Amino acid sequence: MRHLLSAADLSPAQAVHVLDTAAQMAATQAREIKKLPTLRGRTVVNLFFEDSTRTRISFETAAKRLSADVINFSAKGSSVSKGESLKDTALTLQAMGADAVVIRHQASGAPHTLAHAGWTSGAVVNAGDGMHQHPTQALLDAYTLRRHLVGDRGTTDTTGRDLAGLHVAIVGDVLHSRVARSNVQLLRTLGARVTLVAPPTLLPVGVHTWPATVSYDLDDALATRPDAVMMLRVQRERMSSAGGGFFPSPLEYTRGYGLDARRLATLPDHAVVLHPGPMNRGLEISADAADSPRAVIVEQVANGVAVRMAVLYLLLAGDGTRTTRTTDETKVPA
Amino acid sequence: MTATLLTGARPLGGDPTDVLLADGVVAALGADARTHDAARDARVVDADGLVLLPGLVDLHTHLREPGREDAETVASGTRAAALGGFTAVHAMANTTPTQDTAGVVEQVWRLGRDAGYADVHPVGAVTVGLEGERLAELQAMARSAARVRVFSDDGKCVHDPVVMRRALEYVKAFDGVVAQHAQEPRLTADAQMHEGVVSAELGLTGWPAVAEEAIVARDVLLAEHVGSRLHVLHLSTAGSVEIVRWAKARGIDVTAEVTPHHLVLTDELVRGYDPRYKVNPPLRTAQDVEAVRAGLADGTIDTVGTDHAPHAREDKDCEWAAAAFGMTGLETALSVVQQVMVDTGRFTWADVARVMSAAPARIGRLDGQGRPIAVGEPANLTLVDPTARRVVVPEQQATASVNSPFAGTELPGRVVATFLRGRATVLDGALVEPGVPA
Repeated sequence: MRHLLSAADLSPAQAVHVLDTAAQMAATQAREIKKLPTLRGRTVVNLFFEDSTRTRISFETAAKRLSADVINFSAKGSSVSKGESLKDTALTLQAMGADAVVIRHQASGAPHTLAHAGWTSGAVVNAGDGMHQHPTQALLDAYTLRRHLVGDRGTTDTTGRDLAGLHVAIVGDVLHSRVARSNVQLLRTLGARVTLVAPPTLLPVGVHTWPATVSYDLDDALATRPDAVMMLRVQRERMSSAGGGFFPSPLEYTRGYGLDARRLATLPDHAVVLHPGPMNRGLEISADAADSPRAVIVEQVANGVAVRMAVLYLLLAGDGTRTTRTTDETKVPA
Repeated sequence: MTATLLTGARPLGGDPTDVLLADGVVAALGADARTHDAARDARVVDADGLVLLPGLVDLHTHLREPGREDAETVASGTRAAALGGFTAVHAMANTTPTQDTAGVVEQVWRLGRDAGYADVHPVGAVTVGLEGERLAELQAMARSAARVRVFSDDGKCVHDPVVMRRALEYVKAFDGVVAQHAQEPRLTADAQMHEGVVSAELGLTGWPAVAEEAIVARDVLLAEHVGSRLHVLHLSTAGSVEIVRWAKARGIDVTAEVTPHHLVLTDELVRGYDPRYKVNPPLRTAQDVEAVRAGLADGTIDTVGTDHAPHAREDKDCEWAAAAFGMTGLETALSVVQQVMVDTGRFTWADVARVMSAAPARIGRLDGQGRPIAVGEPANLTLVDPTARRVVVPEQQATASVNSPFAGTELPGRVVATFLRGRATVLDGALVEPGVPA
């Protein structure tokens, strides 16, 4: 694995390997001294062209726990909406010797361009690009699902296990969601079954070719007893004419597609609720649902650090030329 | 000017013959060519096996001057045109300042005349500043030295139905034509690529086929209602082909164009986010490509227009969303048409002459271009070697920009010589500078 640009880049073995590595990383985080010396002397740049406090902090924490030097480059608000700035910024980072560039960009494909245009020799990690991909989010979601739903609910070792047989409903603004795109691909790779639930206006033309079933009715979808429900953030601006007029009102959206106490109660006992954050409480998810014991939303954040540690470790300390790996080869420093 | 004797050329791909060019016209054909008085001092061009076509005419070229001389100038663009086999190009109106007054179109026309590589016919903007709100002074442009007959807001759609109706009506006074860039603006806000399976996966905002088809359908009905002629630029979808086919069957005076790139490239190429493939209208699906080929073959589509759209390097050397729309095409158009239409048996060379010379000349109301290869006709001619193969190297092209989607691709055919009223602009595949006796 040279870069991590898309969830689709991961083979089943690679995806499981990332999750296994993340589990080992998580184990180290229970210790008193959380810091590992693994990436000492390596430089990780967080290149954020779009606001994202939580993702940036998660990557920063992950890199620092691995003893990497971290440079935060926030380009939001400056004159960087033009492309040449991405090139010049990349050349600058290259000159400064970045070993890895973690990039968040509002333009779909910007990480792909960064990785392939010859502007940088560092590993590129996609931290979210436009409406395209957010692969570490999908990995942390998969990690969270595996912890809760595979094996005997956390009591048995899930090393090497995928998500075969699980059924996950992804609900909300699929059209604009890089989280949905990444998750559909990764969940499929890991053997899970996906149902996308959204009003037709918030599904892309072409969704019929995705490895997922599509439903316009949340209650119907919940009646199929999914093992997990992943709620997507819906921006209120999308209802306005300027925002595209995707739905008539927030209230109507909530009635049709919001997860509230009533709908929560219809879920099987073991089912969990995920949300990539930040939540719009009262729009796509009610406070009852968000704060219920089934919600693993806060845990997703913690798992995000472990997963990003694993990704940085595998890209920078692992043998970057290898594309497949077995779990036996993983050697996280004790 | 010395005469030129082409020996063994195959007019429209037919039987080899000799062709004598003298005094700017085709002076003699066949056995007469060698015995003609002018043949004595004539330069002889060995055209054995080469196909002789009427000089190509492009209805759709962006020369970028005035305003973006860093991307192209009238001189560099017409040098590219000559190398591509063209003897006349229509320079689109989206310059800075816009070609929306007699003064600006005359300036562009004079720049073309001064350069001397190909006739430059400026396209007049339909509306002031391409804003789509109020008609530009179309009559003044028509009566200027540039004699504008083609009017277009290309790059933008004349989307207001009333403005479009008025434009269609108004240009009848001087036998003009409105060339529409069919793109419903509300359906294509922020659009980045064809809307479909690939855009869904790539997370790029879609440019749906219906946004083109809705305007094409509206415009053919408007043209019918007011009895005007309409030209549809760069038609790109199977649905648009169907609508134009229906309109023609109904007797509506509509003509249509397809670009070389829409004849061969598809939206699958966008997967690598390489901005060279970013173009408007966007690359469509394989089914659309087949539909426009079929439309060109059966005459539904009248002409191939290059939509040659040079861009400065920095406007393409960036992430997809920040990149400009457009690709160069003057120096590859004929090869693409040969590849997809001639080499597949769907076209004869006479058909190529029809769609790349006669039809665009007729639509643009050009005198002396797109004419048959016959004695007395203006010597606007192109010699092509159909057996050649070449790899496209944008840095070696005459266009000032390198945004060719065919970079590194091997294409068939090579323009060996181009003659503009008897004077060679290209010989042995290389430019002949004006002023050099030729």
